[in-house]
Amino acid sequence: MRHVDEYRDGGLAEKLLTQIRSMSTRHLKFMEVCGSHTVAIFKSGIRDLLPDTISLVSGPGCPVCVTSAGDIDKAVWLSRQPGVALATFGDMIRVPGSGISLQQAKADGADVRIVYSPFDALTLAISNPSLKVVFFAAGFETTSPAVAATLGRAVEAGLPNFFLFSVHKTIPGAMRALLDTPELKIDGFICPGHVSTILGTEPYGFIPAEYGRAAVVTGFEPLDILQATLMLVRQMEEGRPAVEIQYRRAVSAEGNPKAREVLYTYFEPCDSEWRGIAVIPGSGLKVREQYAAFDAEKAFDIIVGEPREVKGCSCGEVLRGIKTPPECRLFGKACTPESPVGACMVSYEGSCSAYYKYGRR
Amino acid sequence: MCVGIPGKVVLIEGRMATVEVGGATRRIALDLLDGVALGDYIIAHAGFAIHKVDEDEALKTLEIIRELTDSIGEYEGGVC
Ligand code: SF4
Repeated sequence: MRHVDEYRDGGLAEKLLTQIRSMSTRHLKFMEVCGSHTVAIFKSGIRDLLPDTISLVSGPGCPVCVTSAGDIDKAVWLSRQPGVALATFGDMIRVPGSGISLQQAKADGADVRIVYSPFDALTLAISNPSLKVVFFAAGFETTSPAVAATLGRAVEAGLPNFFLFSVHKTIPGAMRALLDTPELKIDGFICPGHVSTILGTEPYGFIPAEYGRAAVVTGFEPLDILQATLMLVRQMEEGRPAVEIQYRRAVSAEGNPKAREVLYTYFEPCDSEWRGIAVIPGSGLKVREQYAAFDAEKAFDIIVGEPREVKGCSCGEVLRGIKTPPECRLFGKACTPESPVGACMVSYEGSCSAYYKYGRR
Repeated sequence: MCVGIPGKVVLIEGRMATVEVGGATRRIALDLLDGVALGDYIIAHAGFAIHKVDEDEALKTLEIIRELTDSIGEYEGGVC
């Protein structure tokens, strides 16, 4: 609660809370779709400070959590091919597949490496010409342009030993799927900050226009989230839903057109399976046909069985905001951050992990 | 966490820039952002600059963050 206490001293948070309280006349439910917001909300205890009329629910959150078991199985298969080094972001290696995780594959002798930037994977390929480097790329629109630019550099250099296995996902399509979930009844979205740095506000336009719901692009400090909540409440109470930007210091309405241009030079939309949610049409990104030589799914004949979701795990309901983590019967018992059963407990930004670490206060 | 801390560009070499954040320096690729110049403040993610922040805004953000968190050294983070 340290941040909120500090804000309270300044009186700013208290002022915002007072405004929210006085403006709120009916029950409203807002969803944060970004895992960094989930962590910030839990850490600061904001949920408990809001009036009873306002509830915040966590959505799909982090790209790690929504990577399907089938895609993990493919990555495990790739990591076991002779001469292949599979590089990926740290959290990805612990995500369970139908059988084993990449971490277990690594323990069994597969060459799995953790990188912090797609660039590191490229450097690995350049300095090890005899190694086939596969970059297992997960991420939303904040990360995918960086991966596209990296692929661009590999294409330029004509690198024969750099491949991408892209399980990138795009956020707006998932928001539409969540709005179409009848059990959920979301009144508005706390839109992701840095995804919007790239996208700008246009892709969220359907939220007020077609669904009559609120949308505010939000920063990651507690004060940002409180201010955004006030903006969401005001939009709905005054009956004028719109897309507004609270996080002006990092987001402009037009976003970053150059990053989008690079992104769509190398990738094109495809259908994509979100763990526990569904296959959402057009919500993934695959390497364009023109660059097929760099596409791990084309360059290798990947053979995996029918994927199976983890038994007893309620990730699907948690990711759609239908269940809270403690409503899963494995939460905190069989499933903890030290030995995660489901993907939402693996990632630092997963709902189950955030709930476990910071709890309800 | 995606805190979006702006770094100041202190060196540009081709498509790479060196930025300074809270005393530490980092190499950042410029493929995703046009018109970056020395002295600009930029936000980076996964090793790439993604947004230019005007100086006033950047200094204000740094001040807010300095007051509120200890995370200035951590700078990069989540994949979202
Ligand atoms: S607590 Fe574990 S098993 Fe239950 S939904 Fe969360 S990640 Fe899945």
